[in-house]
This record gives sequence, structure tokens and C-alpha cells, in this order.
Amino acid sequence: MSDPTTADSALADRASEADDGAEAWVDPERVSLKDVLLPLVTFAVLLLIWEAAVREAKIPAWLLPSPTVIGEAFADWWRELLAHSLVTLYETLAGFALSIALGVPLAVAVVYSPVLQKTIYPILLALQSVPKVAIAPLLALWIGFGAMPKIIVVFLVCFFPIVVATATGLTAVPPALMDLIRSLSATPFQTFVKARFPTAMPHIFVGLKIAITFAVIGAVIGEFVGSESGLGYLILVSSSQSRTPVAFAALVVLTLMSIVLYYAVEFVERLMVPWATKT
Amino acid sequence: MLPDPATGGRAAGEPTVTASSAALASETSRAMTKIQIFDVYKTYATRSGRTTALQKVDLDIRENEFIALVGPSGCGKSTLLKLITALIRPSRGKILLGGTLLDKPSRDVGIVFQQPVLMPWRSVLDNVLLPAEILGLDMKEARARAVELLDLVGLGGFENRYPGELSGGMQQRAAICRGLVHDPSVLLMDEPFAALDAMTREDLGFELLRIWERHRKTVVFVTHNIPEAILLADRVVAMSPRPGRIEKVIDVDLPRPRTLDMQFTPAFKAHSDEIRALIRRT
Repeated sequence: MSDPTTADSALADRASEADDGAEAWVDPERVSLKDVLLPLVTFAVLLLIWEAAVREAKIPAWLLPSPTVIGEAFADWWRELLAHSLVTLYETLAGFALSIALGVPLAVAVVYSPVLQKTIYPILLALQSVPKVAIAPLLALWIGFGAMPKIIVVFLVCFFPIVVATATGLTAVPPALMDLIRSLSATPFQTFVKARFPTAMPHIFVGLKIAITFAVIGAVIGEFVGSESGLGYLILVSSSQSRTPVAFAALVVLTLMSIVLYYAVEFVERLMVPWATKT
Repeated sequence: MLPDPATGGRAAGEPTVTASSAALASETSRAMTKIQIFDVYKTYATRSGRTTALQKVDLDIRENEFIALVGPSGCGKSTLLKLITALIRPSRGKILLGGTLLDKPSRDVGIVFQQPVLMPWRSVLDNVLLPAEILGLDMKEARARAVELLDLVGLGGFENRYPGELSGGMQQRAAICRGLVHDPSVLLMDEPFAALDAMTREDLGFELLRIWERHRKTVVFVTHNIPEAILLADRVVAMSPRPGRIEKVIDVDLPRPRTLDMQFTPAFKAHSDEIRALIRRT
């Protein structure tokens, strides 16, 4: 709207407005080659320094394996790594799904019920303050060594951020929009479906992204405490048998799993809340 | 004076602000009157006691009239508008809409706010259709109406775009269509153009008048912009703050259709000076 237009040329004016709007929106997220290349090069240089330092100082592999030795461990142990990864992945996803299935409805209940807000919310806050690492052994004691105690640890870790984010989002409808909806005498169900829940969606995804990064950690904590499978178990056993390269390989897989899961959530976010993710 | 389209060529100079008893007594004036505000007070409890937002407001708003509420911030003009939405209740007095007591929000009212508050996840068309959906109207008819309204404000072809793709002015145009889609007989506008740049603001004002001439409505338009109020309205209600009250209701002596050039006429200047003096007086 830089050109001095009058009411006569309102149409042309509108067209230019549209162009402005469209331009700002269609412009895709452009990632230049430099943005990708620079971190990769930095990473490669760090690996080279690591490799050189380990070789130069003759550090034994059981103490600190070099990147190439870790690579060899990958080649030799890939079947075990894969099997244990699947266990950890299962625990992570099951716990994460459970926390969504229970967390989102609870947030809705808390937002709609002042009584629940006064009763459940403080308890939730208190529970969140309990270190999950401390709960894990108790869960093993009560439930045993299967996948269930790990799933519960993941659930406990993910639950809180999801509930808080959802509750925040459900109350984030702009006041004017709420006024409009109330002026139309909308039912509570209409208000929820048409305004509150869609408004909450971007917030929920913020919670989910925080939760998923915690989720993998939760699963590993559960496995550390007592298990017969999973990457956490593999790391524990490999370290105690001085097979440090395998422990490192498992660590790499855990990191990759965490990153992939995070981007998977982000991918779903782009599909489900395109209005909030477009720049 | 040219026949005033807002009043259907009815003779000007009829009493505009009437005492409540007089308004009720006259059968004809009741038929012409869309909104009757009787002896309305609104007080709020605040930390430092009670604040009177509105004090003894009496106002009759005629059918199909374009009325502007003008005043500095704190004069209660937005409060008065909100009272007509029935989202809040008067502390004293009553408001009638179409002759019946307004005790809950009426579907015969459309609202436009300062911010477009469109839903970013809905297309322009679906945003406009929101009131029709909530009210459970025939969606086929509503869709046709929404398309017509969007066309009228120059958003034809933008039906399937999303609010994030539109400029502020275009979003506000869509918001006006949303306010009208369920064909209310009253359109309430709370500083609808205050967030827009001056040029877009002028364009939208005249577009609003064009819509109003096409689909006759009673428009209650809140603004703190005196020239805007004079240029758009049949009558301007000048309000002053602390406590908010009506100082005077001014009949705008400008022919329709209104043009931008009218702001250089002596009549315009006289109105402008009078209103400015009224609302500055505290």
C-alpha cells in the first residue's frame, strides 16, 4: 500500500494488497546450502579431532573408542542394536501415546471444571516435582521388569508438558472471538469444536515436541533400573563388560531416534496445523 | 436538506433523543425504533471502589439508521455497544431490541470488532460462514450469501484463501462479511477501522456505506475518530467520560451518498467543531 490510491482505484489497491499478502506467505522456507553445509563440516572436523586425539594419545577402546572403532561396532553388532532399538522405540511411543490419550482429555476437564482445576492441578504440579528417576525403581518393584514400567516412566515424563500446553491453548481464544461466539449463543460443544480446540492445537504441538524429547530419556531411565532389553540395557551391559564401542553405538542410535522422533512430531504438526507453522 | 435514505425520506427534525415515556407512548415511534435504551447505568467494581462506566443513558436508535458513538477513551461507548450485544447487563435501566427486552444475545445482531479475529485455520469463506454454522442456518443459502457479500467488499476470488494470506484491510472486510452473513437487522461495530492505515480506513468506510445502502441495517458504529463518524453516520452521539454519558445527539446535515470531499464543506466543519467541543468538555 505504498502508492497513493483513492477510493476510485480501490480495486487496484486491493489487488496490490493481495499481492503483498500472498508474497509474504507463499515464500517457502528456504534453506541455503550454507545452512546445511556449515554444521556438517563442523561436525566432521570434531570427529576428525576426536579420531586423531584417541590415536595420538593411544587411549584404549574400552575407555574411549574412536569414531572408526564405534563404526566397526555398528557393523558387528547391528542386529543387536536393531533389536534393542525396537524395544526402546516401542516403550517410547507407547508411553508417549498414553500421555496424549490421557493428558489432552485431562486438560480439557481441568479447563472446563473449576473444581478439577483446584483439586487435580496442584496434585499434578506436585507429581511433576518428583524426580522420575526416583520413581523408576519403585515401578520395577511393583510391576516388574517388562515393558510396562518403562512405558509408565515415559508416560510420567511426557504427561505434564502435554497437559499444561493443552490447558494453555484451550484458554488462548482471543476475547473478541469468544464474544462473537457467545453473542451467537453457541453451545459449549460448538465453542469447543469450532474455537477452543483448533486454537489449542499449535499449543498442544509445543507440548508434544517437548514431551517427545523427554520420552526417549524416560524409556532409557526405565531400562537402566531393571530390564533385559532395550538400548538402555545394552549400554549398561556393554559398559560393565568393557565393550565400550557398543555402548557408544547404542548412544548414537538413541540420539538419532530422539532426533527422528522430534522431526516426526514436527512433520505431523505441519500437516495438522499448517496455519501456525507457515512462516 | 436531501431526503435521508436512512430514515426512508422521513422528515428530519423529529425528536431524536426522547424520554423513555415519550418513546413508549407513541405507537409510530415504536415502529420506527429499532433499539431503545432507557435510563441505562453501568457500574463496575474495581479495586478502588465502584466505577460508573455509563450514567443515565437514554437513546433511541431508529430502524436502518447509521448511528455513530463518538467520544474519548473511557466514555463508555464500547460498554454501550457491548450492552446492546447483551454480553453484559446494565446495572440499571433496560434495553429493548425491536420492542422486546434484550436479556440474552440476539441472533438479529451482527458484530465487528477492532481486530478481525478471523480463525487462521479456516478459509475466508468458512470464516464468514461461522455465524451461520453456529446458528444452524441453511448452509446452502448462507454460502450463496457469503459469496455475494465477499464479492461486494471486493474479496471475490479470495473465498478459499486463508486469513494469513490477506492484508489487514482484507481481513477486516472478511470480518464485516462475517458480521452480516446471518442477515441480522442490527450491525454493531466497535472501532472496526481503528487498526487500519488511514487510506484503507477511508476505503473501508465507503465500502461499508455501499453495503449498508444495499442491505439496509441498523448500524451502531463506535469510533473515536470524529471525521469518520460524521462522514458515515446519520446521527452522531457525542459522549464524554467519567462518568460516561451522552452529551448530545447530532443530526448530520450531509446528503447521501457521502463523498470524501464533503469533509471540506462548512456543514462538516460545523459538526466537527461542535462534537469536538462537546466531548472535550469534562
